[in-house]
Amino acid sequence: MTAEDIFNDPRQISGELRLKVLGLYHKANAGHIGCSLSCIDLMVAVLFLQKSADDTFILSKGHAAAALYACLNTLGEITDEELDTFYLDGTTLPAHPAPRQYKGIPFATGSLGHGLPIATGIAHAAKVSGEDTYSFALLSDGETNEGTTWEAAHYAIQNQLDNLIMIIDKNGLQGFGFTDQVLGETASVEKWNAIGFETIEIDGHDVASISMAIDELKTHKNGLPKAIIANTVKGKGVSYMENKLEWHYLPMNKDQYEQATLEVKERYFNELTNA
Amino acid sequence: MKKYTFTEKKDTRSGFGAGMHELGQQNPNVVALCADLVGSLKLEPFIKENPDRFIQCGISEANMIGLSAGLTIGGKIPFATTFANFATGRVYDQIRQSVAYSNKNVKICASHAGLTLGEDGATHQILEDLGMMKMLPGMTVINPCDYNQTKAATIAIADYEGPVYLRFGRPVIPVFTDADQKFEIGKAWMVNEGTDVSIFATGHMVWEAIQAGEMLEAEGINAEIINIHTIKPLDEEAILKSVEKTGCVVSAEEHNRIGGLGDSIAQVLVKHKLAPQEYVAVDDSFGESGTPAQLLEKYGLTAKHIVEAAKRAIARK
Repeated sequence: MTAEDIFNDPRQISGELRLKVLGLYHKANAGHIGCSLSCIDLMVAVLFLQKSADDTFILSKGHAAAALYACLNTLGEITDEELDTFYLDGTTLPAHPAPRQYKGIPFATGSLGHGLPIATGIAHAAKVSGEDTYSFALLSDGETNEGTTWEAAHYAIQNQLDNLIMIIDKNGLQGFGFTDQVLGETASVEKWNAIGFETIEIDGHDVASISMAIDELKTHKNGLPKAIIANTVKGKGVSYMENKLEWHYLPMNKDQYEQATLEVKERYFNELTNA
Repeated sequence: MKKYTFTEKKDTRSGFGAGMHELGQQNPNVVALCADLVGSLKLEPFIKENPDRFIQCGISEANMIGLSAGLTIGGKIPFATTFANFATGRVYDQIRQSVAYSNKNVKICASHAGLTLGEDGATHQILEDLGMMKMLPGMTVINPCDYNQTKAATIAIADYEGPVYLRFGRPVIPVFTDADQKFEIGKAWMVNEGTDVSIFATGHMVWEAIQAGEMLEAEGINAEIINIHTIKPLDEEAILKSVEKTGCVVSAEEHNRIGGLGDSIAQVLVKHKLAPQEYVAVDDSFGESGTPAQLLEKYGLTAKHIVEAAKRAIARK
């Protein structure tokens, strides 16, 4: 599938990656499904359409590891055999991304609030070295609770790191509640604009729009770091998971897995179910 | 017994500043970060000559560690600097995840360690940092003993690939090591050979140990004094060789007795060569406000205390 194919009709790859994610978590009998499904279209836009070989991508919300593994598998960096070891003893693919194994996973993430500082450092290094590259960081909206996220943000503004592109997967739910009820609205367009990021709001499941928005932001070499507030749906693609807190953690039983895969096939591949 | 003399006293943090100044001229990949304590870390000469390679982080130490980790992508060698308290305990998870576990070539350089920053008191003194840092897999932990050794260590760690914690301090203390010394990470330095007791000291306590050695000699006790500037990896061979000869040990450190150099040595002894050991360290306590001299006296970290510990160790043989 070429980048042009993906851009023109991203449903195929979005569906395939979702099936991979569901398969991984079902086989592992593990959770973090909802938060992987909310950000997978953002990762399609970044990893398949936007990121050049010299750019970097940090999945700060490391609990969406399966989404990253699925993408890196499709991109050829993680083999099918390696993917089969997800969650197993001795795996290189644990529940949260482990460093030292893959070029696409340069840092340990999953302890929240570390990704933006790291990505900011990468962006700064590129500026100092005069490299024309981009540093992408994908954060959860819950991660904007973390003070380090804001420390890094102010640093990026002060140092005019317009090569830093932060994407917030704003699915509105965090560990044990709706984000607006836990610590208020820490991932709002107004706040990120107010402190000095060039901030846009997009539909985080519209791959072509996300990619075009990044294309546009890249042309703004104005000294402003970029924030993309992506409105997403936790569990996107599986009706019974959508906007449900429990699918942050729950594993699927056999019936739920079958329903989930049928729904994804129907929604993304237009395959009619026999039901 | 070799006599050590000095003509001047200097702070080890200035040794760090001098090392950074030299590194700035030698190694274009070295970048310095600081959390708004430039003067305290003696970074001015580096910044003056390399303004593009200095990164002001503001008072946000956690971000400084994350930035440092990110800066390593592409080959920069970040030296992240602040007070030891804020360079370790405050940012432990950042160091653990982004530097140690991610195995990034970050140098965490920490001044004002131990009691001897003095009057600022327990909020700014840290006596747990060696323990926290040595517990991190892959972390090298270094605590040099004077200005010259700190300068040499600063230069040496730039050539070493991997995470390092370099600890130094604020008070002026005798400069007694060679100005042109070569610093070897993980290699203990034989300060004085002896036969009756092994005194293993680190950081500011090395000079106290040298004085203790002279006091012991006056009483007919022949102490071996070894500078353990690298807490991790520990020079087990040098420790065991010395203990084989002397049969008893004193460890001396400006740190909590729990989790520091003494415990690292005790592990070696338990595994390879049982021998009585006496700790000269802070007895599981926070510090307090006072002059460095007052605090070292009150918390039992002077040459006199090392002498007493040596006698106790010998008596237990």
